[in-house]
Amino acid sequence: MIDRAQVLHVAKLARLALSDDEVEQMSRELSAVLDHIEKISELRLDGVAPTSHVIDVVNALRPDEPRRSLPRDVALASAPEALEQGFGVPSPGAS
Amino acid sequence: MSELIELTAAQAAERIRGGDVSAAELFEAYRVRAAADGDDLNAFTWVADGPPEDPQPNAPLAGIPLAVKDLFCTEGVPSQSGSKILEGYEPPYTATVVAKLAQAGTTLLGKTNQDEFAMGSSNENSAFGPVRNPWDRTRVPGGSSGGSAAAVAAGLAPWALGTDTGGSIRQPAALCGIVGLKPTYGAISRYGMIAFASSLDQAGPFTRDVTDAALLLRHMVGQDACDSTSLAFPGEIELPKGVDLRGVKLGVPEELTGEGIESGVREAFNATLALAEQLGASVETCRLPHAPHALNAYYLIAPAEASANLARFDGVRYGLRVDADDLLGMYTQTREAGFGAEVKRRIMLGTYALSSGYYDAYYGRAQQVRTKVADDFRAAFERFDLLVTPTSPSVAFRLGEKVDDPLAMYLSDVCTVPMSLAGIPAISIPNGVSDGLPVGFQLCGPAFSENRLLSAAYVLEQALGFDGSPARGANGAPA
Amino acid sequence: MSGPAYEPVIGLEIHVQLRTNTKMFCGCELSFGDPPNTHTCPVCLGLPGALPVVNARAIHYALLIGLALGCELAPRSIFHRKNYFYPDLPKGYQISQYDIPICSGGRLGDVRIHRAHMEEDAAKLVHVGASGRIHGADESVVDFNRGGTPLVEIVTEPDVRSAAQAREWLTLLRETLRQLGVSDVNMEEGSLRCDANVSIRPAGSDVLGTKTELKNMNSFRYLERGVEAEIARQIAIVQSGGDVEQETLHYDPVTGAISSLRSKEEAHDYRYFPEPDLVPIVVDEAMIAAARAELPELPAQRAERYERDLSLSADSARQLAFRADLATYFERALAADGEHPQALANWVTGELVARIGDADPAGCKVEPAALAQLVALVRAKTVTPGAAKQVLDTLVEQGGDPQVIVEAEGLAALGDGDELAEVVQRALASDPDAVEKLKAGNMKAIGPIVGFVMRETKGRADGGEVTRLVREQLNLS
Repeated sequence: MIDRAQVLHVAKLARLALSDDEVEQMSRELSAVLDHIEKISELRLDGVAPTSHVIDVVNALRPDEPRRSLPRDVALASAPEALEQGFGVPSPGAS
Repeated sequence: MSELIELTAAQAAERIRGGDVSAAELFEAYRVRAAADGDDLNAFTWVADGPPEDPQPNAPLAGIPLAVKDLFCTEGVPSQSGSKILEGYEPPYTATVVAKLAQAGTTLLGKTNQDEFAMGSSNENSAFGPVRNPWDRTRVPGGSSGGSAAAVAAGLAPWALGTDTGGSIRQPAALCGIVGLKPTYGAISRYGMIAFASSLDQAGPFTRDVTDAALLLRHMVGQDACDSTSLAFPGEIELPKGVDLRGVKLGVPEELTGEGIESGVREAFNATLALAEQLGASVETCRLPHAPHALNAYYLIAPAEASANLARFDGVRYGLRVDADDLLGMYTQTREAGFGAEVKRRIMLGTYALSSGYYDAYYGRAQQVRTKVADDFRAAFERFDLLVTPTSPSVAFRLGEKVDDPLAMYLSDVCTVPMSLAGIPAISIPNGVSDGLPVGFQLCGPAFSENRLLSAAYVLEQALGFDGSPARGANGAPA
Repeated sequence: MSGPAYEPVIGLEIHVQLRTNTKMFCGCELSFGDPPNTHTCPVCLGLPGALPVVNARAIHYALLIGLALGCELAPRSIFHRKNYFYPDLPKGYQISQYDIPICSGGRLGDVRIHRAHMEEDAAKLVHVGASGRIHGADESVVDFNRGGTPLVEIVTEPDVRSAAQAREWLTLLRETLRQLGVSDVNMEEGSLRCDANVSIRPAGSDVLGTKTELKNMNSFRYLERGVEAEIARQIAIVQSGGDVEQETLHYDPVTGAISSLRSKEEAHDYRYFPEPDLVPIVVDEAMIAAARAELPELPAQRAERYERDLSLSADSARQLAFRADLATYFERALAADGEHPQALANWVTGELVARIGDADPAGCKVEPAALAQLVALVRAKTVTPGAAKQVLDTLVEQGGDPQVIVEAEGLAALGDGDELAEVVQRALASDPDAVEKLKAGNMKAIGPIVGFVMRETKGRADGGEVTRLVREQLNLS
């Protein structure tokens, strides 16, 4: 069960401005999904190692050799606000 | 022109090499059909507006046009992953697998529609409208790679690229009556694939037959220095040529073939099992004890990884930006406006599963379940060469039928998700029709068993003799 | 200040930018001061579909750091995603290490190391000012050149007990890292950054108090002053009956004020999980051996060795250990003549450095053996210290053999022979005033006499001997 307050908290973490209707709906839908998913709590999993990597590869390293960077205008080509000094954004301000 | 459309990719390649079909002609034949699709199937988000600059007749794939799912980065061509937040975005680079195939001779026909950020099982979650099933336009083609599947099934492209995270190649292949393959995780580079779930996403082919799938796959696999999670495929992908299944031990997992499978699908499945036995295979039931929990684990792991992968869509460097009073407003309003409902749902689910106090119970546990699922497969493969299941519990459902019930939608993946969690290869081939709609048959094997998989699938395909032409319509016109 | 004494308890968190050629996860070159956004690529811009690949040299440097700090090297470590939103973080997460860092434990000097791990640097966010936007927010711009630079984050145990010690230890760390060759360690340029976790407790207690985090101090001086100011602030709070709140603080070096950067409510939930786009780092014997082979003798060990084996003073040992070029020169001189290590050390760190400054002494004209010989001559009183300085001047200018220079310039010390006695006589004769005072018992008046003798003998007289002769000639006791 995920209530309205939790939905708002998670939405803030995920930077989503949900409307009131969406918050309601999200609470219902996520609760239904979580009810189903929570069945995994019934399993006995003591001592089972979590799989954080599916393949058996280690040390995929690259040599410290320069590769050509993107030209500046290409890097900024899709920028919503491309300024001379860089990507324009509203200032973070006091947080 | 219509006879050109009837050629498989392998056949067309041979004819181009032989000189009696020109690559340009072939490309144009498909391009015209793809461009004419429009809202009929709505399979494409972008179609090339003319022939490619230098088709390569001497390359192995000899100028065969390829449709590519929207989420593969193609330099200078819209790559939007079906999302409004990337509408019109043109990347400055091309995905490795697309570049490899271009080097092998394929030409870019178009980008195909998909569920937004590959999240969905019906292609109803696209910001660019739903895709329709060429067998019945009131029904879904499956998802998330619905556009690629519909395009190949309707003869708008000879073959196409899709991606499979929990079933997004196999399930649409089943619902559209074509072949779809998900390779061993790591066999194909993910560099340039707009990510959904990093530990699950894999590129794969949609084709009309198993031979074409092998042909395309051969030029897709290979380790990529740009993808740390990619591996070299041991040996080569071979074109299949078996005539029977003697000596092949097939296992039928009880947990994936029990209740929840539609009767028409079950009938077709059982008929194929009988056929396999006639062809010399041994068929026995087996257990995958943790398979019933695979879906639950998947719907924690995939959204969790996705919630982080989609954090880069913040309005700063590319894509949609909604102007606001302050930075926080810009972030939240941009993402609210740019993401569809399903994507928001999964971001919320994933963020929650990772959040403080919930990690161990959700994400942590799901990763343990994943270990057990992989162990179950390993144990089964000690007794069996391949495991078989229906690909999807149902045939194509109607547009709108499951849209309001996320849980019901998620259950479409019940037969395909376990293989994704274990990272093993799986293929879906059409094995019959139920109420006029195609049914899919899934085979899976241990890691790097693609050749054995393709071989068995080929034998069955030849014996089944499935006819996919109804979806392509009479005289080459779309059905 | 009345009331119970308080003991500061300080831990340091240091971010070190590595001196690799390219970034942590992509092949873009590292730059400093280049035009904005000229060193970016799909990976470090966080473009859709891009994937990270680990820089092999960054791992090597991390191992060097781990060995230098005496850490345990994790046989298998992984990367994690640290998730939060900020314009200088292109992916919306930083790739870092969480519960399995590449290095743990260790010690440098008298401060224990808790851990050291690898991560990528954020980009540079610069506030521009009023934006002219309709919505009125100020404007900032992001330059992604710095984004993705390899970092090693070093976290100490809370073993530091004063602001001065923090500065001292950080200096040792900086010199160690510099001699390792893994970083420019320049605080002003940002290749060395230090935050301090500060708390206080009653002297003698072993319970930790609430700590605050002091960030963004970009010089050693500001660090020391900031920590001092924070200690004072906490003591004042506690003494007036209040409680220290856990928060992140900023020290303004101009005003000396401490202000809050983030309040408690804004504490981040980073939602760490293992990075699925990268595979584990397995540190094998070959990698460790390669790192060990490149380890120079580092300052802390060298200083210890000098004190222990050569009986150098702590101060001399430290001065030599902190300049590898001086230490190398010193050891070569010692090899030529190892009789007087402390005297030699004094001459290297004193008179020689005064003449050549920051330059590498290996490049100057004074051969190490020559300096060693000069020191031996002084110890044998063949030459006075004053005269020896003149010899050194000549050596610096032209090189050569000190013995030869002494003879050529006539700088040999005047022993207890007639020549000196004669000059002392003349000195006394020239200054009856001084003689009177001396006879009256005022030994301070010997100054001008000694001065006269030194001038006459061009510094070749031994001061002690002059004094002896004066007493003798004036019949003083």
